[in-house]
Amino acid sequence: MDIVLWLTQDGVTNGAIYALLALALLLVFTVTRVVFIPQGELITFGGLSFAMLDAGRAPGTLYILVLGGMAAAAMEAFAAVREGDWRRLPRAMTLYVVLPSVLALVIAWAAPHRFGAGVQALMVLAMVVPLGPIMYRIAYQPLAEASILVLFIVSMVVHYILTGLSLLFFGGEGLRAQPFLDGGFRLGVIEISAQSILVVAASGLLIVLLWLLFERSLYGKALRATAMNRVGAKLVGIPTVLTGHLSFLMAALIGAVSGILIAPLTTLYYDTGFLIGLKGFVGAILGGMMSYPFAAAGSLVLGLLEAFSSFWASAFKEVIVFTLIIPMLVWLSLRSHHVDEDEDK
Amino acid sequence: MSRKWAVSLFAAAALAAVPTVHAEITIGATFGATGPAASLGIHYTQAYQLMPKSIAGVPVKYIILEDGSDATAAAKNVRKLLTEDKVDAIMGSTGVPISMLIAQGAAEARTPFVSLSPVSVSPEQLPWTFIVPQSPELMIGAVADHMKATGVKTVGFIGFSDGWGDLVYKATEFHAASHGYRIVTNERYARADTSVTGQVLKIMVAKPDAVIVGGSGTGGALPHRALVERGYKGQIYHTHGTVNSEFIKVGGKSVEGAIAPTGPLIVPEDLPENHPTRKVSLDFTTRYEAAFGAGTRNAFAGYTHDGVTLLATAIPGALKKAQPGTPEFRAALREELENVRNVVGAHGVYNLTPADHNGLNESARVLVRVENGAWRLMK
Repeated sequence: MDIVLWLTQDGVTNGAIYALLALALLLVFTVTRVVFIPQGELITFGGLSFAMLDAGRAPGTLYILVLGGMAAAAMEAFAAVREGDWRRLPRAMTLYVVLPSVLALVIAWAAPHRFGAGVQALMVLAMVVPLGPIMYRIAYQPLAEASILVLFIVSMVVHYILTGLSLLFFGGEGLRAQPFLDGGFRLGVIEISAQSILVVAASGLLIVLLWLLFERSLYGKALRATAMNRVGAKLVGIPTVLTGHLSFLMAALIGAVSGILIAPLTTLYYDTGFLIGLKGFVGAILGGMMSYPFAAAGSLVLGLLEAFSSFWASAFKEVIVFTLIIPMLVWLSLRSHHVDEDEDK
Repeated sequence: MSRKWAVSLFAAAALAAVPTVHAEITIGATFGATGPAASLGIHYTQAYQLMPKSIAGVPVKYIILEDGSDATAAAKNVRKLLTEDKVDAIMGSTGVPISMLIAQGAAEARTPFVSLSPVSVSPEQLPWTFIVPQSPELMIGAVADHMKATGVKTVGFIGFSDGWGDLVYKATEFHAASHGYRIVTNERYARADTSVTGQVLKIMVAKPDAVIVGGSGTGGALPHRALVERGYKGQIYHTHGTVNSEFIKVGGKSVEGAIAPTGPLIVPEDLPENHPTRKVSLDFTTRYEAAFGAGTRNAFAGYTHDGVTLLATAIPGALKKAQPGTPEFRAALREELENVRNVVGAHGVYNLTPADHNGLNESARVLVRVENGAWRLMK
């Protein structure tokens, strides 16, 4: 009985992270039709940057931020010149060059001072969250109207490039951060660690915030409208570039938060994020790849299944987890009426 | 003017057409300095920067290709090295599966292969394959001896869900009967797993006297920390793949007291003066850390060093029989390698024979323990 409780605690902790990622993937997919594989790298950058700041070193994410910003600014400037729309230039320069550079300088200065876990977490968010819109500007915006397959291949390319950069800046060996909160408390026979409560609470909070954003704010409604009907949303004046940037911003936020939450729980490697992101994807598929509550529920089921299969048949854990999507995919394809947006055109 | 050009062009073409007698030895290698085994591959690869630029007065060219631990890319590299570059010897690789693939290609192309991972090859391939690292049986043997001495009767195993985990498990099984212990769990996990709670609980339920973790590098720290957090009190052993400074950084206080077998080059300072490899181990470790930073010493760079040392010992004899770049030279090199005696490497003393293509004995292993945040030799 103790074991069941232990495994449940472990499964819920992992499931909460997968749920966050599933939401991010679903959000990006419904709004931009991008299967966002680089979500995993954002987790890696978040987690490893946090672990490096924890050790008092300035993470290489800074270079990615500054250089990526410059590349995005160059593309923006090129587009502005070609369209003769000079007014866009100052804004692009501020957003893509000045802001990242200032952030990078501040963080590089602050890194050796070790301002405590809270400040370091904010610093990681400041570094990783802008990567979302930068990534969208460089890789996806020029191809926003391409088919799902093309966007998928772009995602693969971005994934490989970011994994390479990750190896370059973080090295091949793993890192692990100190937990935010030490200790825990006893609940009946098992001890619940404070860190796992933090993970579940932070995930829950973020999910509620996302829900509020979608229900209450104009931006959230714009995102929902685009997700429901891209053409319709365009016709009523919702700019797809804006919703694209917004959804990537939120995906990057979720990625960075997941990374920060996981970093003290496990050893993170430069390529760890990919597998975690993939499991978030499995969670989203288990939820039918359409509804947020179902995706979150699917992710929790996945986390629990993973925990229990690692106990009963650890050698087959991944097999069991990934086999789970086959019946789901079969059901999804039987149910769909084959009127994908791509084939409509 | 134009005629002068034509003449010089013709002369250049004629020169290019004449087969030059290039007295240069070519050593090819393929490693995965990127990809899943990057933490090992980086060390294997960068050690070449410290290797001799000439052997017996003949310049040596190292061609080091990248395979990202991907079998398809590695197969391509092997074919290129063997057929296009016509290397005199081939070295590699980061993992056992790719090394097995090289062994096959090298035997077909009749080129000596110096394996830097502990492969076991078929009898047809054995003549061309020379294995530098200690076999897992030799290394785990040291752990088994220690367990026998401390009265361990039951052993829990948790290892990577890959070839390395299998090799370590088999080695643990190999010594079980002779050392009087029983393996009670065979749990597996992946390096990138976020949790090993399930596996660790299973081990806790089985209550083994000791646990062997078949991981490598920082990957060994996850189960160790989880076991300690769950209150496991027995001795936890690791393998030689785990011995580096990053493991301790990631493991923190939890890994204090961890025991692992390794080659003597990890702790050359602690070795007795009369240890056969002390001088070579200390020299290589010093040079490596001078080049790549304090605390970077590791077993993998040592395998590169010892592999090149074996070749450097065999090459002078082969040069007397044939020119580099010819099949005759490769055959001569293979014969010379089989007769390498008492060559001191950073890992041990190599005595190769036609039957034994590894030639290391117990002097190539020591037990180390984490004491006050550093790996120290167990006395």
